[in-house]
Amino acid sequence: MTTPTIIVLVVVAVIVVGAILIYNGLVQRRLRIDEAWAQIQVQLKRRHDLIPNLVNAVKGYMEFEQDVLTRVTEARAGAVAAGAQGPAQAAQAEGFLTQALRSLFAVVENYPELKANQNVLELQEQLTTTENQIGFSRQHYNATVLDYNQTIATFPSLLLAGPLGFTRRDFFEAEPEAAEVPVVALR
Amino acid sequence: MAVTFYEQQAANRRNSLLLVVLVGLLLGALGFAIGYATSGYVEGAFLLTGMAIVFATVLSVGSYFAGDSLVLSASGARPVTQASHPQVMNVVQEMAIAANVPLPRVYLIDDSAPNAFATGRDPGHASIAVTSGLLEKLDREELQGVIGHELSHVRNLDIRFALLVAVLVGSIALLSDMFLRGFLRVGFGGRGGGRKGGAGILILIMLVLAVVLAIVAPIFARLVQLAVSRQREYLADTSSVELTRNPSGLERALAKIAGDREVLEVANRATQHLYFVNPIKKFEARASGLMATHPPIVDRINRLRTLRGAPPLSGPEGLGLAAVD
Repeated sequence: MTTPTIIVLVVVAVIVVGAILIYNGLVQRRLRIDEAWAQIQVQLKRRHDLIPNLVNAVKGYMEFEQDVLTRVTEARAGAVAAGAQGPAQAAQAEGFLTQALRSLFAVVENYPELKANQNVLELQEQLTTTENQIGFSRQHYNATVLDYNQTIATFPSLLLAGPLGFTRRDFFEAEPEAAEVPVVALR
Repeated sequence: MAVTFYEQQAANRRNSLLLVVLVGLLLGALGFAIGYATSGYVEGAFLLTGMAIVFATVLSVGSYFAGDSLVLSASGARPVTQASHPQVMNVVQEMAIAANVPLPRVYLIDDSAPNAFATGRDPGHASIAVTSGLLEKLDREELQGVIGHELSHVRNLDIRFALLVAVLVGSIALLSDMFLRGFLRVGFGGRGGGRKGGAGILILIMLVLAVVLAIVAPIFARLVQLAVSRQREYLADTSSVELTRNPSGLERALAKIAGDREVLEVANRATQHLYFVNPIKKFEARASGLMATHPPIVDRINRLRTLRGAPPLSGPEGLGLAAVD
């Protein structure tokens, strides 16, 4: 073999190895996002399962605040439906659900029997922990998305990401207007 | 904070190894000195050196793998389940997600003094113990701050180093103590002797060296324990706030615990540096003011206040806390 041939072969080998490394890195980052998203979905499902129990537990006591309960039930239905549409929509729907739950808990404060009810207290604790877990998982999920999005937008992975179908992923974040806490009118 | 937890992890790996090597060397030197002093021959000295090093190795490996169960059972901790204590299990789970570590095992110590500790060799083999007093006296947010602090120790690998310190330092203190007592009883009697001259002087030097080592070793060990303990408490406080994103929970927990006069019975000198706040209080006979393993609670609270831009505690409030700590 002549010297030029060897040089060409070496260059080709370097390019092929580099491409394989970049591809593996992209796949790994994408898997990490899927994993983090699966974790959030487990928690969201748990939250959605807890809400009907809570509504049933408090329904009997709250004759005059049916609209608060209706809002929670509707927000839950919306969140369940949005779950399949991807992180951005889910985040928005979950934001509404969080607000509806907040106003429900604010109303519960007005009922001494409810505040002392063991079942309601347990459900409240379960919902609080689920909400916190979603919050902390979201941080982790968004960090993995940021890492992935930055990688596919920068050289040299940029060259491979487009042709191989690595597209940007959505953050799990509520829209700014959905994050605003509504004013709850209390007696 | 300038120190990231990756750096802290690296430092803990390094320090753990360094501690094991240092303890090995120390025990080896101690073995050599005692061996020479008692036998009068280099062969005897090397024999005991070898035995000491084997002993140090067994001790290190043992504490690395079984030290956590030892510490937990010595503290009378029993495992907690989701069914029996849902809130603390939930809070631990939340913080484990925030710190991105596997769920640790959770234990309860039946004691009304509010305190907690974490132990284990790495995040995959970690345990958190809380006292029943902690669960009774703190609200949810405060508990979150304390658990966040403990899980920061887990994530930073502080638990590995602290565990090795607990077992190794405890053993050295015990050994030197045994030797000193034995020496005082036997050393001045018995061996009069046939040997003479240079060998006698060498034996005397070795004897002195042995005594000096036996006295210095536990002091040295204590100093290591101190130097490592205070700084990592501040760091774990800061990391806890990072995890919970709520500086006031931990701050209130510290203030509440500082104002508590209960005494934790199960803590001792070997395990005190593991705890959330120093379990041995100033007014107790087992306390020693000079060598505290934890920074004063007022300082910890003031550092947290600085983080959220609040002025440090001063006047009667701060003084009151400083007095009980």
